[in-house]
Amino acid sequence: MATLYPDSGNQTLTEQDVKCYHCGEPCDELLWQDDKPFCCYGCKTVYEILSANDLCEYYDLEKNPGTTLRHVSDEAYVYLDDPQIRKKILGFDSDTFARVQFYIPAIHCVSCIWLLENLQNLNAGILRSEVNFVQKTATIDFNPTHIRLSEIARLITSVGYAPKINLDAETGKMTQRASYDKSLVLKLTVAGFCFGNVMLFSFPEYLGLDPSEGQLAQIFSWLNILLSIPVLLYSDSYYMVSAWKSYKQRQINIDVPIAVGLIALFGRSVWDIVTGYGPGYLDSFTGLVFFLLIGRWFQNKTYESLAFDRDFKSYFPLAVLRKAKNDWEPVVVYNLEKGDQIKVRNMEIIPADSLLLDNEAFIDYSFVTGESKPVLVKKGELVYAGGKLIGQPITLVIENRTSQSHLTSLWNNQVFQKPEESRYKRLIDKAAKRFTWVILGITAVSGVYWYMANPSQVWLIITSILIVACPCALALTAPFTYGNMLRVFGKNNLYLKNADVIERMAAVNAVVFDKTGTVTHGHDPEIIFTGELSDEEKGWVHTLTGYSTHPLSKLIHKYLHIGQGNVVEEFKEIPGKGIEGFVSGIRVRVGSARFTGFHERFEDLSSTVFVAIAEEVRGYFSVRTAVRKNIQEMLGRLGDRCVAMLSGDSKADYVQMSTLFQPATQLLFNQSPHDKLHYISNLQHQHKQVMMLGDGLNDSGALKQADVGIAVTDDTGVFTPACDGILQGDRVSGLDKFLSLAKSATGIVKAGFVLSFTYNAIALSFAVTGHLTPLVAAILMPLSSICVVVFTTVAVNIAAKRHLTKQLA
Amino acid sequence: MSIIVLLISISLTIAIIFLLIFYWSMKSGQYDDTYTPSIRMLFEDKKKEKKSSAEKKKHST
Repeated sequence: MATLYPDSGNQTLTEQDVKCYHCGEPCDELLWQDDKPFCCYGCKTVYEILSANDLCEYYDLEKNPGTTLRHVSDEAYVYLDDPQIRKKILGFDSDTFARVQFYIPAIHCVSCIWLLENLQNLNAGILRSEVNFVQKTATIDFNPTHIRLSEIARLITSVGYAPKINLDAETGKMTQRASYDKSLVLKLTVAGFCFGNVMLFSFPEYLGLDPSEGQLAQIFSWLNILLSIPVLLYSDSYYMVSAWKSYKQRQINIDVPIAVGLIALFGRSVWDIVTGYGPGYLDSFTGLVFFLLIGRWFQNKTYESLAFDRDFKSYFPLAVLRKAKNDWEPVVVYNLEKGDQIKVRNMEIIPADSLLLDNEAFIDYSFVTGESKPVLVKKGELVYAGGKLIGQPITLVIENRTSQSHLTSLWNNQVFQKPEESRYKRLIDKAAKRFTWVILGITAVSGVYWYMANPSQVWLIITSILIVACPCALALTAPFTYGNMLRVFGKNNLYLKNADVIERMAAVNAVVFDKTGTVTHGHDPEIIFTGELSDEEKGWVHTLTGYSTHPLSKLIHKYLHIGQGNVVEEFKEIPGKGIEGFVSGIRVRVGSARFTGFHERFEDLSSTVFVAIAEEVRGYFSVRTAVRKNIQEMLGRLGDRCVAMLSGDSKADYVQMSTLFQPATQLLFNQSPHDKLHYISNLQHQHKQVMMLGDGLNDSGALKQADVGIAVTDDTGVFTPACDGILQGDRVSGLDKFLSLAKSATGIVKAGFVLSFTYNAIALSFAVTGHLTPLVAAILMPLSSICVVVFTTVAVNIAAKRHLTKQLA
Repeated sequence: MSIIVLLISISLTIAIIFLLIFYWSMKSGQYDDTYTPSIRMLFEDKKKEKKSSAEKKKHST
């Protein structure tokens, strides 16, 4: 480190070699404080705060321990002081004492722990803070009369440890799982303890006891009963409770055979001991529970490591326009910071809780509440994530960072659920019910047989059968396969709503395309304006088109880059027709010929967008967009599965499209959103499984109607909850690959079913013939689940490699 | 023979005590965070010591 000081004489270092004293990042622009280099004002500020409070030991524990700091506005955490939110976050609250736990992802080293546990030196209102390094949390006790919650959040953010505040159930879920793990370990401990001791007391029985010490055997047997009771009442409660619940609902689930087996074994043993018939099978009983729980624990660990929890990769990168200096640039939502200014256009979703900067706006919260009547929001009021803007574009200041999971949970709202249930789910439910009855039947028959052949074996055999037959591997196959598929698709920029979509995708036999923005590019167009417009009028059109998210609007908006600062009033967008609004009191309409009032016969070879100013048609833009790369090859591979191309535009592109598409494909132009929807429902009446690809704006009806509706986007993700998936524009050419991968998912699920069924059948045959003890059965059962989970995970990854990497790369 | 019964009851009692101790330690969260406490005990409490250790570190680097 010493060589980094400026006066150390070593000036040959380039600036890139100098590492920030705080965060260790290479410095582009050097700042010096106390002879120490800093990469930015943020890092320097943290150092100043720490050195002023004599907390520089922070830098002695680890080298460059800090994280780069982004600017935090003073209001960033004000919402934490809202009583409602406060209540959610605080673990304990009174007038002079409160406790809060923050999740701080930036915790990574010894210095972090040290600094965060010395917060009381930064502010006297903080009483104590304690870090849990493993969970990356800090628990802070503070005095609410001296420091507000928002001030604490800002304080720790200002020293580089921004807390991640999640008001969803997400954080709660994590602690819930931890406590579940804990109770499992406790149950396991008790079972293990009892199992060990029961075995100890059974030793004389194993070795053969002198008949003269029969009294001792009695005592041991009674001790065994005592030791088994905690196992029966406490350790195996998962199985008992679950079986009891299913019994109460007059149903039968996969835990029922296990519970029956356990109770049979215990009851029979107690009976044997009480009547003095024999020592019973309590060693088997306790051992069985012990191994079942070990299996369960191991199973949980395996699931965790293979978890298909939707990590951020399987979420679509929804983007919004963020203000950057003088311009607006698209940014992925999870890169939004508090205090960022964003612009939201008509029909776009508000990505994060934010404050309205404009005078008023109408927000449709139907995705959140189901109530479709737009709500009026006034300047300075809070707009919640998930609302959809109706009308003029608005500017907002981000108040609260967003989480993708929140938006996706909106996406999965009941309202947008396709009515049909997952086929496999239904199949499994049905099978599980029947399966359980079959198992009980087999058990009864072999019980009767063994009662006649060898009565001493009956109870052990019955228990083995009941335990080993557990069909849980069967139930795991589909969720694990589809969960992994979701992740694979996400990696390849196809973001699906949920696992059921994959199942429907596998069945697709008719694909319908939209033209603009789907088959053709959303950018690099060739635009010609025919007619006359003054620069001022061009500015009006520029502003008006900027309000819309339609691909053509976006193209024209980009093409006319003059005229900033106009304001459009009474903006309206009529899907499939056009947009209109008043600029400087003059009505401007942009859209189709009929919409703008142009009634003459008109032929052109490209998409046309007419402009009418003050009720007078002034000319039209001809927009020719290039066809996306590799579309033709993809269409060739799709073959006759591609049934139609529906376009809202005029027939202008007919020649180009007819060479592009297969001859069998229907090419329809001048289609209104309603026509598209109608076309798709017609296909469905012919028992076709339809997939529709569109821009998600004009086609939202059609996307919703289709069995699989995919919205194609280029830069800005227009969030349409009606669709089932979002596909990045440049991956349209890999559509056939995605379809075949979805098909292979069905194959994998079937193979998983066969695998687990075979496993069960073999194990069952061993159990029925009396070659399996209950203990081995208890080990085999969770093993089969783990086998299936590993199989599906590996199979999905192999299939993904085979289908995707070849041509998508 | 009665001595066996006595011994068994003693051993079982002790074993149960150990079980209860483990149960308590698990419940009271002693296994929740197995890393931070080991670091925390190494932090210096007094300012004087802190400075000297800081200097030491500077010299060594």
